[in-house]
Amino acid sequence: MTTTLTLAKALGAGLRRAMTDDDRVVVMGEDVGRLGGVYRVTDGLQAEFGPRRVLDTPLAESGIIGTAVGLAVRGYRPVCEIQFDGFVFVAFDQIVSQLAKMHARTAGRVRLPITIRVPVGGGIGAAEHHSESPEALFAHVAGLRVVSVSNPQDAYTVLRQAIACDDPVVFFEPKRRYHAKAEVEDLPLALATPMDRAHVVREGRDVTLVTWGGLVVTALDAAVAASDDGVSVEVVDLQSLSPMDHETVAASVRRTGHLVVAHEAPRHAGLGAEVAATMTDRCFEYLEAAPVRVTGHGMPYPPARLESHYLPDLDRILDGVDRVLGRTTADPAPGASRPEPARAEAVR
Amino acid sequence: MVPSEPAVRTGSTVETLPKQHDGHRADTPRDARADRNDDPTTPAGADDPRGPEAGASEGAPVVRLLDEDGTRRPDPEHDRWLDDLDPGAGGPAREGLLRLYEDMVVARRLDAEATALQRQGELALWPPLLGQEAAQVGSARALRPDDFVFSSYREHAVASVRGAEPVDLVRVWRGVTVCGWDPYAIGMASPQVIIGAQALHATGWAMGVQLDVDAGRVDPAGGLPVGVAYVGDGAMSQGDVNEAFVFASTYRSPVVFVCQNNQWAISEPVALQSRVPLVERARGFGMPGVRVDGNDVLAVLAVTRAALDRSRHDGGPTLVEAVTYRMGPHTTADDPTRYRDAAEVEAWKGRDPVARFEAYLRGVGVLDDAGAERVRAAADSAAAALRAGCVALEDPPPLSLFDHVYAEPHAALARERADYARYLASFEEEGR
Repeated sequence: MTTTLTLAKALGAGLRRAMTDDDRVVVMGEDVGRLGGVYRVTDGLQAEFGPRRVLDTPLAESGIIGTAVGLAVRGYRPVCEIQFDGFVFVAFDQIVSQLAKMHARTAGRVRLPITIRVPVGGGIGAAEHHSESPEALFAHVAGLRVVSVSNPQDAYTVLRQAIACDDPVVFFEPKRRYHAKAEVEDLPLALATPMDRAHVVREGRDVTLVTWGGLVVTALDAAVAASDDGVSVEVVDLQSLSPMDHETVAASVRRTGHLVVAHEAPRHAGLGAEVAATMTDRCFEYLEAAPVRVTGHGMPYPPARLESHYLPDLDRILDGVDRVLGRTTADPAPGASRPEPARAEAVR
Repeated sequence: MVPSEPAVRTGSTVETLPKQHDGHRADTPRDARADRNDDPTTPAGADDPRGPEAGASEGAPVVRLLDEDGTRRPDPEHDRWLDDLDPGAGGPAREGLLRLYEDMVVARRLDAEATALQRQGELALWPPLLGQEAAQVGSARALRPDDFVFSSYREHAVASVRGAEPVDLVRVWRGVTVCGWDPYAIGMASPQVIIGAQALHATGWAMGVQLDVDAGRVDPAGGLPVGVAYVGDGAMSQGDVNEAFVFASTYRSPVVFVCQNNQWAISEPVALQSRVPLVERARGFGMPGVRVDGNDVLAVLAVTRAALDRSRHDGGPTLVEAVTYRMGPHTTADDPTRYRDAAEVEAWKGRDPVARFEAYLRGVGVLDDAGAERVRAAADSAAAALRAGCVALEDPPPLSLFDHVYAEPHAALARERADYARYLASFEEEGR
């Protein structure tokens, strides 16, 4: 059965489904109850499941995660909403030192199946601390799984998978795509693609363009624009940022020989570096050029009127495609389409 | 039994706490230095404009049932929680009293043995509990098996009372694991090193009890299981502890916060954490707070039982401040002579929790020399088990590193494990 839903509504539907299927699933966060969340993701859940399973919490993010840890010790599956990306750092100790480590430190005796939903990223003209992209900080932490969804279908399915997972999951939601609509199919979880897999969302021959979350749509737009210019771009929605599905990316890079990674977070020590390093390691002899990263700048997220100069957009992604192909926007080389593989040469 | 109304503070017995140094010798921020007491004849806080009762240590009433010489003083409000321990009531009561004594003597003996093991190189580190036996045993013996403890790293006696074996106490400090026991087996989480973080876990666990009642998984008629957080005076400054107070209080969750105020957070005196007695914080969070003589095992047992009873019957959380003293160093790596005076330590030696209870038991005829000898022998036997178990602990196999990082399969880590296994195997091939 399919329904047309916005990404925000798809998340709400995923929560409702998970809560219906398992009465140990509880939703907690600031304003998630009567208000339904500032993005209305939890709209209607409190009326349906009551004020204790859909819990308005005090304004204390560390308290939200810390009490979720206790709830999970008692057998619950809390889904915590952090209202905005910039507020998650208040809970950093509980996430990094408590949540991520508990399974290891108890030799597997205590499982903490906690999902932390975090609206993420910029592009909405928001106030300070409302447009961050902190995914690398969490992907670096062993014990956590980190996912970033890009569309309503994945929002619905991957959220249910995250809640069902016995490991803690940091679940990033691209806030500028909350209102994007698409068909959502109610797949049984057993038939769904595992949440740690990347998706090739557009096939192409010349360049592998890897991104996730809010930039996937931008990357697809860039691929269309590139094709008008005779360049065939394959777009990979990484989705799982920890662990990363390097196999899917590597299979693509071996076909195209060119890698561009795009993310909103700053470049230095960002996840683009991890993708580029791993592909250099695994696909060295296939790469015809050094991987290119298209990212935010190394600075605090700027005020709204300047964010268009910070965020990778269609043109900057195309510029990255040109650079990896050895073209520049000023001097586009003809016949950019990749020649036949010259593997022997590349290996030398 | 439900008290007719939760009192913000209980305690018909008002005690003045022992004089103590409330400030650093040097480099103390001015506000904390105001409570500094360099002259042992002057009460702490005497130079405070609010008067001699101001400061973190003075002025709040303290529940005490045993005087320092072991004299039992009647206190109807709290005596009712000790009906089963009336020495005149016969066998089970006398056994209960002796058990408290043995718990404390064994705890002290195990603590001494662990300190010795550290000095001998068998443990990397040890945080002694010396001086805090009554605060830990009295509170832990008030618990039911279905309660759940979230403690810090000094609660060795609590762990023993909950069922940890002697060797379980030192596994962590031997460096072979970061959790010495199965939390679900003894109803006690692995010791927390991040100061105060566990207060939120206890509160969340207690919120789970409330959900269990909603779902029909727990029958409230039997009294709710209670989450118990052990924190120290230093932890009272942590955001997590204060957030836990907010959550527990507004949700009216069944959780008891036991704060062992042992006067020192490594080198920082309690005056650096608070300008008012810690127990007074409770009122601002909307929960009852009770200050108890933490070196009086009967008083600690009574007030903890009362607090637990309130939680069990939908009365919400309580803060128990057990005023005690860390007689030893913070850990075996610490040198307390750098920051506190010998006279202060000497003064607290006179308030020893074990000697006080022993004097009481001898006075009421529950303990004699033969009985004390039996308890000593039991403690020696536990210490021997601790030593034997400790030195027999083997390093875990290297690849066990990878075993429990994730609960579910994780391809990336599996690859790292395979890589490292190959690397380790390369040495075996070389050796051939």
